[in-house]
Amino acid sequence: MYSEKVMDHFSNPRNVGEIENADGVGQVGNAKCGDIMKMYLKIEDGIIKDAKFKTFGCGAAVATSSMATELLIGKTIKEAEMISNKAVMEALDGLPPVKVHCSVLAEEAIAAALQDYKSKHGLAEDDYYEGCSGCCGGCGSHDLRREHLHDEEE
Amino acid sequence: MQKQIIYLDHAATTYVKPEVFEAMKPYFTEEYGNPSSIYSIGRSNRKAVEDARISVAKSIGAAEPSEIYFTGSGTEADNWAIKGAALALHKKGKHIITSNIEHPAVLATCEFLQKQGYEITYIKVDNEGLVNPEDVDRAIRPDTILVTIMMANNEIGTIEPIKEIAQVCKKHGVLFHTDAVQAAGNIPINVKDLGVDLLSVSGHKFYGPKGIGMLYIRKGVRIENFIHGGHQERNKRAGTENVPGVVGFAKALELATINMEDHYKKLSSLRDKALKAITERIPNIHVNGSMEKRLPGNLNVSFRFVEGESVLLMLDMKGIKASSGSACTSGSLDPSHVLLSIGLPHEIAHGSLRMTFGEINTEEEVDYFIDALEEIITKLRNMSPLYEDFVKGV
Repeated sequence: MYSEKVMDHFSNPRNVGEIENADGVGQVGNAKCGDIMKMYLKIEDGIIKDAKFKTFGCGAAVATSSMATELLIGKTIKEAEMISNKAVMEALDGLPPVKVHCSVLAEEAIAAALQDYKSKHGLAEDDYYEGCSGCCGGCGSHDLRREHLHDEEE
Repeated sequence: MQKQIIYLDHAATTYVKPEVFEAMKPYFTEEYGNPSSIYSIGRSNRKAVEDARISVAKSIGAAEPSEIYFTGSGTEADNWAIKGAALALHKKGKHIITSNIEHPAVLATCEFLQKQGYEITYIKVDNEGLVNPEDVDRAIRPDTILVTIMMANNEIGTIEPIKEIAQVCKKHGVLFHTDAVQAAGNIPINVKDLGVDLLSVSGHKFYGPKGIGMLYIRKGVRIENFIHGGHQERNKRAGTENVPGVVGFAKALELATINMEDHYKKLSSLRDKALKAITERIPNIHVNGSMEKRLPGNLNVSFRFVEGESVLLMLDMKGIKASSGSACTSGSLDPSHVLLSIGLPHEIAHGSLRMTFGEINTEEEVDYFIDALEEIITKLRNMSPLYEDFVKGV
């Protein structure tokens, strides 16, 4: 069901771990739903020098986290903000429909870590980013998952 | 060297034993006649089916072979028993009692009937995964027409007090069906001793073929037909008999019944060895379901801070095949309804692993599996933000 790229990133995840004194840390998802992503960023002169992650979740959650860190490293903050779930998914040669929410979670983790960086450096914007509300089905990513499940049933 | 495969998913399905396959073979090729035909290769097939029926009746302690009806699967047998009873008895009432840990073959059938105007009561199991017969007694009403409670659970392997529940049903004059798909071949089944009215079995859980099941209908019990058509199975289940399947089913059940004691000893010894090693070597685990009233080959453990699908994928990379009750593997948003029913919080249910041992497994395989499992759980925990919080005491 998973592409070779997904399996590669799952079995040999890149950039697992923590960054001490990270410039930005973001955590999204919740244990009840079965996936949590925590993203650490090291940012110098507006460029992401390093990214690391820790993830509790399925194969796709680990693979999307791993791919997200690869996409992040070397990017400017502006470029990083443009990384969408679709970009993560494409870089992994796709995901099964029920796993699309994992790529949404990766996008949210990136956004949350960047938001944390911004608020620490007085760059926060008005539209404060909020991660998973903690109730399953309460956020868009899980609605997405529900939709796909529905599609499959049909 | 070819990668070693270690199969620890015998509750999902089993391989077909060579003796069983040998018994089936002629009915695919030279003995291909329709049992309903009157010429020689039809008659020989009729005899094969009826001999199988006699053998199955003996294996499960039925009073007569005519109480045995072959079906296309265990799921079909469950559907037939429940819908057939509901249709036959709707004038008496529309209330059905089941448990909250049944297999989807029973749960989804009950949900279907609910949409047709039937009322379903779900008996809650305790934290060990066991139904209390007194709860069944209390739930029975004048309009109750059927009680359906599984003999053994497919996820946590718990063995339900079927004999006691059957006595309760008998006292109230209510039909009792049990889904014995996981029990058959693993623990003795004697329908007379159990006192059940209807009992479902599937062939591929005890080294028989897939695509063949059986419904035991006690003599005198009337349920509506489910599959309509020809006159097969004494006008009760239409469709040309799956002769190789029927022959394989009977042979596998016969072998399982003869080998029951050795089978039980071997599987429970492998299971207990695995449990001991897991308990000693991997901290922060939760063993799911009663360890006393349990199928010999079943072990179900939750590993905190990790998610089940990840564990399964990593085990698969090492050639080990197991199962999980996480949401990702259940195909829904929630983890297994069975694990939630025994009181596990979602986050712990997501980290569950079901290991079901079989006759092919060895002690060496269990050693290899435990080494692999310990390494995988450690690796995944080191990757888990939940474990990080736990270690930091957050």
